[in-house]
Amino acid sequence: MSVLVVLEQRGGKWNRMSFEALTAGQKIAQIFGVPLQAAVIGSGIESLAKEAAGYGASKVFAVDHELLAKYTPDGYTAALEQLIKAANPKAVIFPHTYQVRDFAPKLATRFSNALISDVVEIKDDAGKAAFVRQLFQGKLSCDVQAAGEPAFVSVQAGAFRGAEAAANESGPVEAFAPQIEASQIRSKPEEPFREAQRSVDLGAAEFIVSVGRGIKEKDNLPVVEALASALGAELAASRPICDNGWLPMERQVGSSGQTVAPKVYFAVGISGAIQHLVGMKGSKTVVAINKDENAPIFETADYGVVGDLFEVVPALVDEIKKAKA
Amino acid sequence: MKFIVSVKQVPARDSSLRVSSDGKWLDESDITYEMNEPDAYALEEALQLKEKLGGEVVVLCAGPARAAQTIREALAKGADRAIHVQIEETGTLDALATARLLAKAVQAEAADLILTGLQSDDLGYGQTGVILAELLGYAHATIVMEVEPQGNTVRVKRELEDGWFQNVLLPLPAVVTVQSGIKKLRYATLMGIKKAKTKEVKTVAAAQLGGDKTPGSVMANIYMPQRSKQTQMLSGDAKQVAQQLVEKLKFEARVL
Ligand SMILES: Cc1cc2nc3c(=O)[nH]c(=O)nc-3n(C[C@H](O)[C@H](O)[C@H](O)COP(=O)(O)OP(=O)(O)OC[C@H]3O[C@@H](n4cnc5c(N)ncnc54)[C@H](O)[C@@H]3O)c2cc1C
Ligand SMILES: Nc1ncnc2c1ncn2[C@@H]1O[C@H](COP(=O)(O)O)[C@@H](O)[C@H]1O
Repeated sequence: MSVLVVLEQRGGKWNRMSFEALTAGQKIAQIFGVPLQAAVIGSGIESLAKEAAGYGASKVFAVDHELLAKYTPDGYTAALEQLIKAANPKAVIFPHTYQVRDFAPKLATRFSNALISDVVEIKDDAGKAAFVRQLFQGKLSCDVQAAGEPAFVSVQAGAFRGAEAAANESGPVEAFAPQIEASQIRSKPEEPFREAQRSVDLGAAEFIVSVGRGIKEKDNLPVVEALASALGAELAASRPICDNGWLPMERQVGSSGQTVAPKVYFAVGISGAIQHLVGMKGSKTVVAINKDENAPIFETADYGVVGDLFEVVPALVDEIKKAKA
Repeated sequence: MKFIVSVKQVPARDSSLRVSSDGKWLDESDITYEMNEPDAYALEEALQLKEKLGGEVVVLCAGPARAAQTIREALAKGADRAIHVQIEETGTLDALATARLLAKAVQAEAADLILTGLQSDDLGYGQTGVILAELLGYAHATIVMEVEPQGNTVRVKRELEDGWFQNVLLPLPAVVTVQSGIKKLRYATLMGIKKAKTKEVKTVAAAQLGGDKTPGSVMANIYMPQRSKQTQMLSGDAKQVAQQLVEKLKFEARVL
């Protein structure tokens, strides 16, 4: 019995969230009192597996097959199904990446189980693990228990600190060669690509005023534009604002947009969904203005104002102008 | 082509959420409901594909009696008919149990393309579509932005992290989970609302579908998140909080 952490790499590069999953895995392994193992999947990944072996796992499986060179849900599911049957872990832990979202539910179904997705905390419930998930995009929390074994769990970006390499200690790497036929793989992925070049680099901005759905209408944008210009800030937005075409896509902050780290980030009428937070958590100071006192954004904010943005923002513009005069 | 769109009814986004006294779900007494947002985009995509290619759009929903309202909305926007799997549970069915019911309900339909939302706004599993594909033996792709059927295949544009995308070719039949924002949503017309009243809604009780009911996970208790960070909340009228904030930014955070 073990806890197995499935690490993610693309083209030989780690997805850093893999190391956060390792930390979560360590915690679960402690609760269960079993060793921690890890797996790396791909083609020609031996050196990555060796590197992973330096992170405290008792063993790292190098799941290697040429049909795994490109990610496909069919290939990954087949390979991991075989590994899990062979290794028989008590729990399988993943980082909650877009790739994991794509195949882990399928994999869990093979074991008549469900993925406990996007977990933010793990509690020791007398030798059983309770997994904390968020409901309603962070407005409520919920303790979840796995119904069967192995438990399948994915952990949210930033919820756990990334594991550090253990000094001069390294577990063994074990090659695992899954049986996969080309005919099993139904989807044909093409090369990933990026759309048009970005003309604004929000990553370099010192001040950012970011606007969310609380602004209600495109015609109200001048309210936040005034704040941005008073501060000399870049204007940014949550996803729905860009989806609606109110601001260009390149001004979107979050997991599918830009990552920013300004001196001050004003979140105006933004609820604080995790996909938004991952893009702005590195900000030095966060100010949140939201009419809902329970909005999750207040958890991330240094300064919070519960109020109507249409009253608070114009008042703030006046005060900033005075302070700068 | 035959398109099936799964649509979930969820508490409206601005609802004030109160946990029920047993800690298992919400106090639903003063909640209003709406169509899960990504599902509205999945429906829009299906309707546009039907307009281009012909065929039929079938709405699929598992929910209590109140979900009939959301089903009517989908029909009013232009879906042809609906299947309503009636369940007692209001919020607590997990993704595996839900997908099993949905799979049973559509197996005989032999759809070409099933479109689901990528995630529900309430439970947020992000799994039901993928599990449904596995149960039906269909190929799938998640976080889909564009759908382009080509003969007996479909080419989809998937969103990846950090502004990356990827096109993937899938054989039909397939399941795609649709990301919000792919198309502009239509409104139901008066004519559409009138017509919806005459469209077929097939109601099946979950018990009638039978099958495995064991959940994959169990929600033990629901609660308000414990705040861990010390956030300084400023209070007063707009002018007062603005003054305080500028003070703090100037002298405490030293960023102005
Ligand atoms: C795979 C995936 C990727 C995603 N990528 C991103 C991403 O990169 N970036 C991103 O932002 N989102 C992303 N999302 C969407 C994300 O989950 C949220 O849906 C989104 O961030 C919500 O935007 P919002 O906060 O503006 O809107 P809402 O959640 O609707 O919040 C609006 C807020 O405004 C407040 N409000 C309303 N009126 C007022 C008023 N008058 N004054 C003050 N406050 C008011 C409300 O209380 C509420 O908190 C992604 C989702 C998925 C599933
Ligand atoms: N009860 C339901 N009825 C119909 N569709 C559902 C139901 N639950 C989930 N879905 C679909 O599955 C998607 C993902 O839901 P979830 O896995 O809960 O995040 C939703 O966007 C819906 O399209």
